[in-house]
Amino acid sequence: MSLRHKSCLFDTMFIRDHKKSQLVASNLLQPPPAKYGGRHTVTLIPGDGIGPELFSHVREVFRFSCVPVDFEVVQVNSALETEDDINNAITAIRRNGVALKGESLGVFTRYTFDPALHRCILFTSLDLYANVMHCQSLPGVQTRHKNIDIMIIRENTEGEYSSLEHESVSGVVESLKIITRNNSLRIAEYAFRLAREKGRRRVTAVHKANIMKLGDGLFLQCCREVASGYPDITFDSMIVDNTTMQLVSKPQQFDVMVMPNLYGNVVSNVCAGLVGGPGLVPGANYGRDYAVFETATRNTGKSIANKNIANPTALLLASCMMLDHLKLYDYATLIRNAVLTTMNETQLHTADIGGQGTTSEVVQSIMRIIQSKGQRTAEM
Amino acid sequence: ISAVRSGSEAPPARADATFKVTMVPGDGVGPELMSAVKDVFKAGDVPVEFEEFHLSEVQNMASEEKLEQVLNSMKSNRVAIKGKIHTPMEFKGELASYEMKLRRKLDLFANVVHVNSLPGYTTRHNNLDLVIIREQTEGEYSSLEHESVTGVIECLKIITREKSRRIAKFAFDYATKKGRNKVTAVHKANIMKLGDGLFLQSCAEVAQLYPKIKYENIIIDNCCMQLVQNPYQFDVLVMPNLYGNIIDNLAAGLVGGAGVVPGESYSAEYAVFETGARHPFAQAVGRNIANPTAMLLSSANMLRHLNLDYHSQMVSDAVKRVIKQGKVRTGDLGGYATSDEFTRAVIANLAA
Repeated sequence: MSLRHKSCLFDTMFIRDHKKSQLVASNLLQPPPAKYGGRHTVTLIPGDGIGPELFSHVREVFRFSCVPVDFEVVQVNSALETEDDINNAITAIRRNGVALKGESLGVFTRYTFDPALHRCILFTSLDLYANVMHCQSLPGVQTRHKNIDIMIIRENTEGEYSSLEHESVSGVVESLKIITRNNSLRIAEYAFRLAREKGRRRVTAVHKANIMKLGDGLFLQCCREVASGYPDITFDSMIVDNTTMQLVSKPQQFDVMVMPNLYGNVVSNVCAGLVGGPGLVPGANYGRDYAVFETATRNTGKSIANKNIANPTALLLASCMMLDHLKLYDYATLIRNAVLTTMNETQLHTADIGGQGTTSEVVQSIMRIIQSKGQRTAEM
Repeated sequence: ISAVRSGSEAPPARADATFKVTMVPGDGVGPELMSAVKDVFKAGDVPVEFEEFHLSEVQNMASEEKLEQVLNSMKSNRVAIKGKIHTPMEFKGELASYEMKLRRKLDLFANVVHVNSLPGYTTRHNNLDLVIIREQTEGEYSSLEHESVTGVIECLKIITREKSRRIAKFAFDYATKKGRNKVTAVHKANIMKLGDGLFLQSCAEVAQLYPKIKYENIIIDNCCMQLVQNPYQFDVLVMPNLYGNIIDNLAAGLVGGAGVVPGESYSAEYAVFETGARHPFAQAVGRNIANPTAMLLSSANMLRHLNLDYHSQMVSDAVKRVIKQGKVRTGDLGGYATSDEFTRAVIANLAA
């Protein structure tokens, strides 16, 4: 995706922030990604729960489709998770530039080193500032709302996830929510550019500027500034509480949505629910130099691990987004179409969307469809 | 046919896929080696089609137009198998050979030679397993030479940070992918403090991204001595252009010579499969004595690159089985068999 190359305007803005300028310096030293002879190496972080099981299916489908991608598997799991582990994962992503990642994060954890924090470490240290999630109704899946097609762009590196909390007086805790002009501008820029690239008409900024007049106000103002550069795209804004209500009553009104970190977290979960649940929706995190792909809503699915009933759709679609990112468009289309065609067959639906199908049945069907696409040569 | 062998770990690729591969037989015994590859692929039902281009400087079959055709074919196929295009030594007005032009146009910056002893063929050093990675687009091969004053020639050796980092990262990525433990940079930074110094510094920087792989460096002259005395200490070696050329040949000699060691060249987009020590072996043309082993093993590597793991295994197993049995060997390995007899023996072993 061409969006990963930010304009030099943003580069100069980075320098102000000391931490970021270090990052830019190390990025300038970054050698090219691991792509040789047309084959890519991608970091694979299977994670916990249903992760390892679903990833073995992804690899199976990739191998079957002759996708020129090799995986470097890096184990990070919450049982043994240490700071070293997460650093290894980050270094591995730096090496290859692109990662496919399963979930290793329980929200409530008894481990002292909080995995939820790992997420922030991963995103901030790689500066993966844009989380993109595309919620689209699948024709074969029964849901209350039809024809939903929403793209959610979430700022990934600041806001409520700043990890800045302290007890100023005994019994009083302050959590700092950070909104910066630089990061707000670049996420807005990203949203509008993506909207134009995908031929979208409207971008909605989600905020709570009526209460947080300065913080969310700044975010909103940045969105407006960027919007003035895109006269072909309509811009409007909506307060987050109203947004969630509108989403569950009339979701078809939304097109592209852009928002700060926490609202993005909430809204993307609502939207995933609207189109059929966490098993169906892929997610992607883009920065200037790196990209990490995963399922949109983060749930390890421990209870259904190794029972052959997890829904592989979201992860397969995430891997297709990854193939698009690697510019392997033909392979992405081939696999994506096979996945979507399979979703039309109700008897193959897994339990999460009301069926009795098994994971391996779904994967078998996908490979059958890939096979039936007829003669394919290596002209990709 | 493919399901059984590779087991549950590796389900087969789509049975209906066909792959097009560019073929440049080159000079000397190149065409003979290519016909061995074609015969084996045909007998093994390998789903690969070749697009053949004859490009040769010595037979006056090279032109910009022809080079363009090869490049176009490469652009759609992305993978090629290639013999050596002989480079005459005389200077005829142009410094860069066609071999170099092809390499530069495709930006084939990394050359990989995996030196692996063949079980059944005994040499002074057995069970060798080392990988030589060579930068092959800059350094001494810059084609920048001029006579500054009469009788004084300056040849420019170019080392850039960008290309040094790129080859270093290639070496570490290769080591990661193949599960290897150590990368050694080969240099002459004690004499060329700036040029080779930059190369060495780039390698050390890239090494920081790979905490699990050990990084060392060694001076080229010492490296040559160590290679003939105790080659087992090395795992993956990475080096600039000319040193790579020498070490490739030296290491190939350790396990049986130019006829048995496969090689490959990579850019970000393209992969070219060839022999490890690139010699046309012109004196053997038409005598049916060249050893097809190197090219056949290289073709097996090519199949693996195309995701055809089953076929790759089939070809390389057959070649190794013939060598191990020791009944059919070409002259370079001390046998009396012709190239054709060797190829037929490989084909007979495909099904076994």
